[in-house]
Parts: sequence; C-alpha cells; structure tokens
Amino acid sequence: MRGDRGEPILRFEDVSVYFDEQPALDSVSFALWPGSSCVILGAAGSGKTVLLKTAIGLIKPDRGRVWLFGRDITAITESELVDLRSRVGILFQEGGLFDSLTIEENVAYPLLNQRAPRCPRDEVRARVEAALARVELEHTLEKYPSELSGGMRRRVGIARANVTEPPLVLYDSPTAGLDPITAHTIMTLILKERDINKTTTVIVTHRYQDGYLLANFRYNPASNRIEPVGADGRQPTSDTKFLVMREGRLVFEGSQAELEASPDAYVKKFVKPLRNW
Amino acid sequence: MLDLLKPPILAFQEFFLLAGRTFRNLFRKPHYLDDITIQMDVIGVGSLPIVMLTGFFAGAVMALQMSRALNQYGATDQVGQIVSITLAREMGPVLTALLVAGRNASGMASELGSMKVTEQIDAMRALGTDPVQKLVKPRLVATAIVLPLLTIIADFVGMFGGWVVACPMLNLTTSSQYWSMAWRSLEYNDIAQGLLKPFVFAIVIALVGCFYGLRTTGGTQGVGLATTKAVVVASVWVFVLTFFIGKFFVSL
Repeated sequence: MRGDRGEPILRFEDVSVYFDEQPALDSVSFALWPGSSCVILGAAGSGKTVLLKTAIGLIKPDRGRVWLFGRDITAITESELVDLRSRVGILFQEGGLFDSLTIEENVAYPLLNQRAPRCPRDEVRARVEAALARVELEHTLEKYPSELSGGMRRRVGIARANVTEPPLVLYDSPTAGLDPITAHTIMTLILKERDINKTTTVIVTHRYQDGYLLANFRYNPASNRIEPVGADGRQPTSDTKFLVMREGRLVFEGSQAELEASPDAYVKKFVKPLRNW
Repeated sequence: MLDLLKPPILAFQEFFLLAGRTFRNLFRKPHYLDDITIQMDVIGVGSLPIVMLTGFFAGAVMALQMSRALNQYGATDQVGQIVSITLAREMGPVLTALLVAGRNASGMASELGSMKVTEQIDAMRALGTDPVQKLVKPRLVATAIVLPLLTIIADFVGMFGGWVVACPMLNLTTSSQYWSMAWRSLEYNDIAQGLLKPFVFAIVIALVGCFYGLRTTGGTQGVGLATTKAVVVASVWVFVLTFFIGKFFVSL
C-alpha cells in the first residue's frame, strides 16, 4: 500500500536493546516514509529515548536491524555512520548544547564540523542567524547556554537540529518540563521547521496534545502562525503516524483515528479528548 | 582472582582500541586545524612558564648536588657535562612530561569527562561528527608537536640554571668552560633519545587523558575520579617508558 512512496527513510526490524539483561527495546518494528510525521508516545522509561538513539546508531541494537536512509546501520562502520548522521537533525531531551560554546558556535557546529561541510565559511554566520531567527532568538548569538532559560535552550536546540536542513529531524521530548505556553511555542516552531523544510519529523513525547498538533495543524508562512490542516479549503497535507510504547515494546501503531478508537487501557490513558484546540 | 584482573585488562584493550581509532583517523579528513592550534596554545604556551621554572631549578639542583661529588675527585670543571647530559637524556623529557601530564592529561580528562556525563559527547556524535576526530586527534597532534619543543626549552633553561649555580654562585668552573663542556659532551645519541622520549610521552599523555575522559561515568564524582586516574596512569607510564627507551639507547 506504500509502494508509491519508495523506500522508508527509517525502518526498524525486530530491534531489541538490553541494558544489563533488562530489555529497553523489545522486538520493535516499524517503518517511516519520507515526508511523514511520527509521534512516539509513552510513559517515562518506556524506551522512547533509547529508540531515538538506536535510530541514529548511538546505541547498537543487540538484535534486529535498523535501516536509515535505506542503509543497514547495524552493518556499517562508525565512520560511515558519522556521515549518515549528518543527514539527521536531533534535539536532545535537555537540549544537548555545548556549554562552553556560545549560542552562535553551537548552531554553527554542524555546519563547520561535519565531514562534508555544507556551506562555505563566509556563509556560516548568515545561515546561523537565519536558523536562530526562525526560532526567534537572533539576539542571543553571543550568549552561553547557561545564560538562557530552559525553553530558550530548547529553541536553540531546534535551530541547531535544523541548520543543515536535514531531511529527517528527531525531537526527544521537546516539551518535557515546560509550562503549557512555552510548550505550545516549541511545538509551533517544530511545525514551522517541518513545513518550511518539508522534513520528515519524529517527536517523542508523553503529551498527546503535541501529537495532536503535529497531526492536525500546519504552519502558515503568511500569518506566521499555525492553523488547522485544511482550514483554507485545501487538502490536508499532514500524514502522521502514532506509535505508543510500553516497557520497551511497541503496543500501538496507527493513525490518529485508530489511536483514539483503541480499546487498550494503556493507550487510552495517553489520549485525552482535546476540545479546546 | 580472574575477576580482579578483568577490569584492568579490559581497560587496556579499550585504550588500544581508542589509540588505533585515533591513528587511523590521523590522516583522514576533517583535520580541525583550529582545534589543533587552540590545543597547542593551551598545552604549549600555557605550560611554558611552569616548564621553564622547573627546568631552571632542575639544572640548578643538579649542579648544586654534583658540586660536592665532583669536588672530591677534583673534577669540578666537568659540571657542565653532567648537567647537560642528565638534562638532555632524562631530566628534561621526564620532568616536562610529568608537568604536562599533571596540567594537561588532567585537563583533557576533566573536560572530556564533563562532556561525557552531560551527554555532549553523544550530541557530538548525533550531529554527525566523530568525537575521536574532533576531540582526541587535535589533542594528540598538539601534544606531540608541543612536548618536544617544551623539552628543548626546559633543557636549555636547565643548563642555564646549572650555569648560575656553577659559575656565579659556587665558582666551580669558568663560564666558557661550562658552556663548551655542556655543548661538546652531547652526542647524537643523547639528542635522539632526548627528543624521542617527549614524542612518545606526548602520545601516551594525550591518549591516556582522553581515554579516561571518554570513559567517564557517574556524574561529577566520576569526572574527579577520571581526572585523578589520568594523571596517575600517565605519570607512571612516563617513568616506565623512559626506562625502556633509555635501555634501548644505552644498548645501541
């Protein structure tokens, strides 16, 4: 049924990861096609972060295979993996910024340090400024991460993940520990990056409303705001898949409608009716 | 018993894996020349004052202690020779390496260790860069360039320190005799081991510092532990290696 979309951008096949004999991922299989979005829901400790780290080869699976951009990353060398990772943007749970570099240097890092530099040195500053402007932080270039608030650090992380315009971007709990207003801002920025660059977007979260936004809203460049898909009468463009994880296992995979109709008690806990959006 | 041996052997193996990966990456792009320059500044220029100070007093102490022994044989005019040979062969390389191990192996271990425990190393990998290339290689290259140079400076300042004690202070010999003795007694063999040693020490110091930094676990406490281990292990290896390199050159 997916035949017309070519090969998946990311595919897990029966992947298991063990930490001290305890399964962190247990026989996880799924596939993600270019241009789609994916929301991974799950409680803390259900293996969401491990799944993202495994996807880019930071953790080697003990069993199974992972294909990234059509290449089996369990069978390639670290050096090849480094190059493959440069085509993926990632936002770490705590931002993962380099605390001894300024914001400008942090965002410039992927541009300057990847093996195949994506842009000439004299354009780096402009690219960094543009990336920071998209997250509305263009005035923080000279600051250090410790001088910024948690939400701002998260936004710098988003800018850094997207500065090379990678085709696939992974967000690890982008809204965790933030107040609802800041969380909404972060989600708006994620939608913006997704819809401007047409990136395949994976977000890991425990908040269903994040997934709801990703599935039902899109960024409107004209108004610089997000609006419901199909609001201007056009076809909905959002193609979002939901995954639900529980104790390292994938307990649900499907669309939003299927998710909301799921009889599973655990899945139900994540899906709250959202009437106020 | 076997369980006791396992961790050190495993660490040894991991150390050589890291060394192997670093050497394989030595001629592979990207080279991060900026980082090499920064590290050369931190390690070389940063260590210069303390290396000179230590070198000066090493030479001075050498001349001071030898003055009595030489007096007994009426050979005080040989003081320049003794100072220069001991400095060039042994004291210069070892003292400089110990200082750099204390200053920079600890610095590398704590810097990389902090990055490890705050997941910045993972972030680095995730952003499509290899920490071995970005962090370990510049430190290794910078130390390997800078440590022999520091040693040469320490040697010279040490000879000057020896001269201060031998000539103005104790009048053991004349200045011209001191310097000509110091100069003529050095053979190629001495120079060769005097420069090979710091080069080998540099590789060990940089790799040990980075190795303990990169395998840090257990938060802030772990960083402290890694730093201590790096300094201790690097210093011990300096002493072990100087013996074996010395033995090799003596038997030549």
